[in-house]
Amino acid sequence: MNLNPKISRRSFIIGSAAVGSGLALGLRLPPFGPAVVRAADGSPEIGAWVVIRPDDTVVVRVVRSEMGQGTITGLAQLVAEELECNWSKIVIEYPTPGESVKRKRVWGDFSTGGSRGIRTSHDYVRKGGAAARMMLVQAAANQWGVPVSECSAANSVITHGPSKRRITYGKVAEAAARLEVPKDVKLKDPKAWKVIGKPMKRLDTANKVTGKQVYGFDLKLPGMLNAAIKECPVFGGKVKSFDAARVASLGGVKKVLQVGDTAVAVVAETWWQAKTALDQLPVVWDEGPNAKVSSASIAEQLKAGLDAEQAFVGNKEGDAKAALAAAAKKVEAVYAYPYQNHACMEPMNATARYTPDKCEVWVPTQDGEASFAAVLAASGLPADKCEVYKINLGGGFGRRGAFQDYVTQAVRIAKEMPGTPVKLLWSREEDMVQGRYHPVMQCKLVGGFDAGNNLTGLHMRLSGQSILAAVRPAIVEQQKGRDPLVFQGVADAGEHSIGYAFPSLLVDHAMRNPHVPPGFWRGVNINQNAVFIECFMDELAEAAGQDPVEFRRKFMAKYPRNLAALNAVAERIGWSKPAPAGMFRGVAQMKAFNSFVAAACEISVKDGNKVKVHRIVAATDCGYAVNPAQIERQVSGSFVYGLSALFMQECTVKDGAVEQKNFDTYQSMRIAQMPKVETIILQGGGDTWGGIGEPTICVAAPAVLNAFYKATGKRIRTVPLKNHGIELV
Amino acid sequence: MIRLTINGKTHNVDVDPNTPLLWAIREQVGLTGTKYGCGIAQCGACTVHIDGSPIRSCAIPAGAAAGRKITTIEGLASGGKLHKVQKAWIDHEVPQCGYCQAGMIMAAAALLQAKPRPSDADIDAAMTNICRCGTFQEVRKAIHAAAKA
Repeated sequence: MNLNPKISRRSFIIGSAAVGSGLALGLRLPPFGPAVVRAADGSPEIGAWVVIRPDDTVVVRVVRSEMGQGTITGLAQLVAEELECNWSKIVIEYPTPGESVKRKRVWGDFSTGGSRGIRTSHDYVRKGGAAARMMLVQAAANQWGVPVSECSAANSVITHGPSKRRITYGKVAEAAARLEVPKDVKLKDPKAWKVIGKPMKRLDTANKVTGKQVYGFDLKLPGMLNAAIKECPVFGGKVKSFDAARVASLGGVKKVLQVGDTAVAVVAETWWQAKTALDQLPVVWDEGPNAKVSSASIAEQLKAGLDAEQAFVGNKEGDAKAALAAAAKKVEAVYAYPYQNHACMEPMNATARYTPDKCEVWVPTQDGEASFAAVLAASGLPADKCEVYKINLGGGFGRRGAFQDYVTQAVRIAKEMPGTPVKLLWSREEDMVQGRYHPVMQCKLVGGFDAGNNLTGLHMRLSGQSILAAVRPAIVEQQKGRDPLVFQGVADAGEHSIGYAFPSLLVDHAMRNPHVPPGFWRGVNINQNAVFIECFMDELAEAAGQDPVEFRRKFMAKYPRNLAALNAVAERIGWSKPAPAGMFRGVAQMKAFNSFVAAACEISVKDGNKVKVHRIVAATDCGYAVNPAQIERQVSGSFVYGLSALFMQECTVKDGAVEQKNFDTYQSMRIAQMPKVETIILQGGGDTWGGIGEPTICVAAPAVLNAFYKATGKRIRTVPLKNHGIELV
Repeated sequence: MIRLTINGKTHNVDVDPNTPLLWAIREQVGLTGTKYGCGIAQCGACTVHIDGSPIRSCAIPAGAAAGRKITTIEGLASGGKLHKVQKAWIDHEVPQCGYCQAGMIMAAAALLQAKPRPSDADIDAAMTNICRCGTFQEVRKAIHAAAKA
């Protein structure tokens, strides 16, 4: 295919007039078409996704955020595969949300959550790479005056087959940039991939071992001041009064101010000075209507939903209620899952500089566009006077995407001090009590059997908090009050559908929304739903007198990819043979974020309460594995997050506020507690790719709980296990 | 004024001696590789070496570190050559988000100084840093690899 120079109506008119008035008007006229789009250093863009520098450096644009999950490396592999470029020449560039707005969102969605980084952008970034390659090859063919069909590209070099002439990308980039970006782009067959699917080294490791990597916390700007903040710890409360004079003269203090209705802040030369002053600042809160709420009252609120008449249906197959009414035997259990904090290692922060002409924010964010929207709203300035510069994240896990409260705060503070950059850092304590928490949920499960001990029906009643009702109310409104996301992992269809076909099934949700703000927490609702359904599957198997894996398989014939994942872990752990002496096994399987995942574990239990998780075998079928080495790291890393949550983590509520304020009361796993994780990557292919960052997290907890039952005969149905005196050793 | 010797360089720092060493390092000296994670000596992100021992710099007053030999992540490499722990960290691609890794690396370097061939139990005892991304499996491999380097 031949690529044509860009012809816009405007360039055509100017071009036609070039000999006459064009030059006289002082217009800069490129040889072909309109001006080339250039990166900040002047290098030409070859389509929106690729910039080639004269020294052959390949700049790949990435708008998804890197927070440790390896996304930038995976996305670069996708582009490089089609671009046929030299991998060692690749660097990454983050376009800003402001540029994206100006260019009509040419780079698509910035949001980096829901394990979407690769699975929902692979198509257009590969096409971006392929289009750039086509333009570069065409430019070389044009230069040589040969048919493009006689030219090929590899490793950033274009070769003319018959004459063996060669030229590098950097030499033809200027000419390529003047060509029309092709629309008809054919992608490689996955079988031909050379870069995708390989364990390419991460592009962002070096600076992370020397201290050079700059996170939001580390940003320095000329003339910058530092702010510490305290928001009313009772959610829904406000500032009543504060005595600024008491701290105004403390060392370094520049300003003491109220931020919005709910918070007070101190701005000082250094953050330590700001924090020290804030700790001494007398504040009176108007705690509002939630000042008496406690974990116990929230639990009561949820408990009432377990048998409530009104509930939203998430999955219905046959008539489960009739099947249960007619059952010869019923099994019933109630489970519960607590509030949990993301506890990113780097607490929330943002740096803002405001003048009436420009508001700029530097922020570690999972969603540059959401940050941008927050800057617009808080500054009151139009989009062309706002900008967001994304900066490295010290963890995200869902806290830094939909929620931009720290950005709003930073802009509000900066607005009070026009021209002065202000870096707002949250203390760990602020981060712990101002979370957007993993929501609370209880679940009552009832299974019915006929006289022949065959399962006839299952009712799974969820009662608890909706994230979407708080965060995306428009979706809930559209669904007439229902939150479709609470059914993750047990839904009737979609990327979180259940992997069992029961004779009858009803999954419904009684929505109960306490005042504690909920959020998307790595894995979101699959965490509790996997515990509920996968532990109860073991309970049902026992009632049926069957092996847990065999029992599951009976309902999985229609779900071959779920079954393949389950079989893979069962085989690797040696399920058909007895466990080694003193070891006990458990399994779980789920579909989440369009990946099929399963885990099998081996644990031992000492003194009835000291649990050692020796080994977890985990299978993930994500369709296509872009970087197997990073997938392994995501899977084993997610278990640290998931097992910390299972054993140690709960945010309890007292007098309307979260009680845990730091890692002493909100513990997290250490290396001594780390099991050996063996990752099995399955590649089931298909049109819809699966995610990696979150899916596998959910199967560790139910697998361990099922193994704990085998070891002790005790079914633990509420998380975390520390509340039962059980510890991870 | 406090005299802090960091990475072989002496800094006269104008700071309240009760300021945690972490914040004096970050805000007065301007070395931001040492991280704040909790402020209560729980997470280890702020680990530095003081006279060769791993210390959580958030929990020691700057005044108490005066005149002692302080090494931060920025001073771990010597003569332009990465420390063997840093090299192992790169080879094994340990960091995910990377925020806790400076503290993790400083703890590992101190461990290898004290026990050149640490057992898994030694690693478990010495490495009490929190990592929320969950890099522990790679941390263990990299420490063993560095021990052999």
